Amino acid sequence: MRLAIETVLQAAAITAADRLIPASFAHIDACFYAGQAHIDFARLLLDNDARFAVPTWTNNGLVSLEQPDLRTDKGDRETIAGARELMQLYIALGARPVWTCAPYQLPERPTLGDHIIVGESNAVAFYNSVIGARTNKYGDFLDVACALTGKVPLARLHTDTGRAGDIVLRTGEIPDTLKSQEIFYHLIGHVAGQRVGNRVPVIDGLPDRVGEDKLKAISAAVAASGGVELWHGVGVTPEAPTLEAALQDRKPSEIIDITIADLTRARDQLSSGRDGPLNMVALGTPHFSITEFAALAPLLAGRKVHDGVKVYVATSRFVRDLAEAQGYLQPLTEAGVEVITDTCTYFSPKVRGCTGRAMTNAAKWAYYAPGMLGIEVCFGSLTECAESAVRGEVWRDQDIWHSLS
Amino acid sequence: MIPGIQSRVLTRGSAAGPALVLSESLSFWGGFDPVTGIILDQQHPQAGACLQGRIVLLPGARGSGGTPACIAESLRRATGPAGIILKTADINIATGTLVAKTLYGANCPVVTVTPTDYDALLNANHLTITEDGTIT
Repeated sequence: MRLAIETVLQAAAITAADRLIPASFAHIDACFYAGQAHIDFARLLLDNDARFAVPTWTNNGLVSLEQPDLRTDKGDRETIAGARELMQLYIALGARPVWTCAPYQLPERPTLGDHIIVGESNAVAFYNSVIGARTNKYGDFLDVACALTGKVPLARLHTDTGRAGDIVLRTGEIPDTLKSQEIFYHLIGHVAGQRVGNRVPVIDGLPDRVGEDKLKAISAAVAASGGVELWHGVGVTPEAPTLEAALQDRKPSEIIDITIADLTRARDQLSSGRDGPLNMVALGTPHFSITEFAALAPLLAGRKVHDGVKVYVATSRFVRDLAEAQGYLQPLTEAGVEVITDTCTYFSPKVRGCTGRAMTNAAKWAYYAPGMLGIEVCFGSLTECAESAVRGEVWRDQDIWHSLS
Repeated sequence: MIPGIQSRVLTRGSAAGPALVLSESLSFWGGFDPVTGIILDQQHPQAGACLQGRIVLLPGARGSGGTPACIAESLRRATGPAGIILKTADINIATGTLVAKTLYGANCPVVTVTPTDYDALLNANHLTITEDGTIT
């Protein structure tokens, strides 16, 4: 416990916070194994009877506890065993083992103005932006230390002024037909992350009603290509009823007009591979939602995934069970789709050593997978991914791309 | 010989060793191998450099929340830096070194200095950091 307090106080000193405030919820990333130090830290806490002071949920693990055969790389037994042990240690410490990078898709979620403790980058952006709960990005160990003490330093995004937008991204040039497509939200998020670094962007000109899957797409993409922890969508996110409100009546440091050329460039960057025969389709980064299952099931019902193509959907156990109860899972598994829980497909060690060309509907996956898995990646819509999985090669829907050059 | 520079201490410790300057920020998770102490990020100007036993000067840390664990793991394996001098304070680097100090008794001071002092240190071959944050 002394280590937890020291760690929180050190963070408070660095961020120049003058006091600590109580938090109500934590989603920790320290359960994602990167070495023995992770295990030694958790074991030290367990040996000293440490207990979480707030409800504490777990991010993805490096491996799936439910599907132990997923990672069978023979050269990496130590990592796999370590990853499992670490996940068990956090269960023993009393964390709720939800094993998901999209905890906001589960019931009992925080609400506007709640102070929370989050480490996973897309969840930090989603909670801050879409829900209006308040968190900074808490790195490994500090997330756990805050959850054990139930306190966070009152700094940056926990303060009112720290949440002001300071750079405006206008989307007036982008046609409404493109804005109705899910791909737009991945592309604008990717562009925003690149352009604003770790500032707080305000996206103007989004349609009135944007569903949570699209808001998830922006949140994941801005936090992958950039270091964005909070973004505002005028008329869409809770702290941005107007542009002025999002900026807290201050002048923005910069105003950028997003062009069709920007989105075209983003598409090209996210498609590192050329269209062609496929080896894998990876969906569910961040974890697939129930509405995404509802959209995918009819696309593949009664059809078969092409021989030689692995189709993975990563999700939480909770959403998987919901999808099963609502009848979405059966047509997908019959089509040859494999649903993965507890983890994500872009992590190394590789998912069953997949090589070659993969297709995804997620900007975040497309951003990380080429480096982490050493494969070619094609980015496309959910419909394109499903159709390509059946055809065995990348298929393009010209209707959604025609406005990009 | 550099006249003593007073730094701001993030993680207390004492260290001495050859200096290594990283001209860009580094993501320790994914961009650095805690098993060997070598910079893996091929886009980084000092890709391939080994941080082991060095007093590392760098502008800051980039990206991932996995940074503290990778730093702590490298200190556990004794492949990590001897000490770290930053231009901008970084919570993740401070957390990783503090946890490694508690778990393994690792002695890897982390300090920040002003931009002027940082520039003055760039040409040093050998640096010493004391418990109170004096750099010579």
